Amino acid sequence: MDNQQPLTENQTARQNPWAAPVDRLKVSNIPGEAINLNVEGRHLSGLVKGFGQLWQKTYRIRLQGASVSPQEVIKIWKEKFPEFWPKGNRFYGSVGGITPGDVALLNLAGPGGVTGPGGAPLISTGVMVIFADDESFSFMTPEGHMFAGMITFSAFKQGEDTVAQAQALVRANDPIYETTFRLGFGHKAEDAFWAQTLQSLAKYCGVEATTEEKITLVDPKVQWSEAGNIRYNAAMRTGVYYLLAPVRWFGNLFKAK
Amino acid sequence: MDTVGLTTQIRNITGATSVIEIVGDVTGQSEDALTDAFNQVTSHGARNILLDFSQLDYMNSSGIGLLVTLLIRVKRQNQRLYACGLSEYYRQIFELTRLEEAIVIYPTEQEAIAAIK
Repeated sequence: MDNQQPLTENQTARQNPWAAPVDRLKVSNIPGEAINLNVEGRHLSGLVKGFGQLWQKTYRIRLQGASVSPQEVIKIWKEKFPEFWPKGNRFYGSVGGITPGDVALLNLAGPGGVTGPGGAPLISTGVMVIFADDESFSFMTPEGHMFAGMITFSAFKQGEDTVAQAQALVRANDPIYETTFRLGFGHKAEDAFWAQTLQSLAKYCGVEATTEEKITLVDPKVQWSEAGNIRYNAAMRTGVYYLLAPVRWFGNLFKAK
Repeated sequence: MDTVGLTTQIRNITGATSVIEIVGDVTGQSEDALTDAFNQVTSHGARNILLDFSQLDYMNSSGIGLLVTLLIRVKRQNQRLYACGLSEYYRQIFELTRLEEAIVIYPTEQEAIAAIK
């Protein structure tokens, strides 16, 4: 299977944006307040895995009047990625920003920003940064995440203006998540999430604007062969984690004595 | 077909098998070129489509996304998609994105054609 063709000079210059392949994900340098579940030891779920219909969702915002280049927008976005997320959602990535190979932990609110008592996240999951250059960066999701697939953040010139874009190419990872999308909750939450994120980015650049969305159903079929992904469902496993909190507390009590 | 950064060249090996040579960059701007190439080989009756990446210069994550959507189209038409000529670096990217689990990869065009037959 080896192909010994040497890389061209152009390839060599542009080969660094991609992460190296990994077998299982490893989480490191996570702050104490983060709930670290459903990432360590998981595989990436990949674009061709996942259970549900395959959707391509594109969200754009035009930074009209802002004197920022696409490269500057991506630099800002990489450095301040967690700050642009809607309230109740936390992104625990590396301190230096977005770097290929990084694994970030996500503590997410439910639809409508609903959280548990004390602002506790309803879903603990993660992403891996698989690609990052000066015009775009991409995440891929692990087993158990709501989506199997990839989301790419990019910026480009359209006329005089810079446009920031988030584009997801994803399937629901298992039948439970697919049901929430069929019922409309999942899509609504996803659309609101990225619209708010783009608006926060635009606001940072000094622009108040609305987002444009283009939603395309790429593959209407579900992949029944992947229905077993349900065993990794991060929402369910996070719920079980909370339910077992008294048991853990009781066990720790005895350990302490 | 030539669009920004990508040129495709088509060769029909047999009635059932066609090769699409990928020359240059596969990025988000390559959609028209890839779609046109796919439509051409499909109209020629190809059941097996071999993507030859031996002249690939660069592929970003949007390019990988395009390959996924191409894969879906191919499956819908009951065709099969193969790849050959990937450098070790891009073969690893197919591994990272798990595309290698859906697209059969051969080192060279000759080996791919022999296997497809």
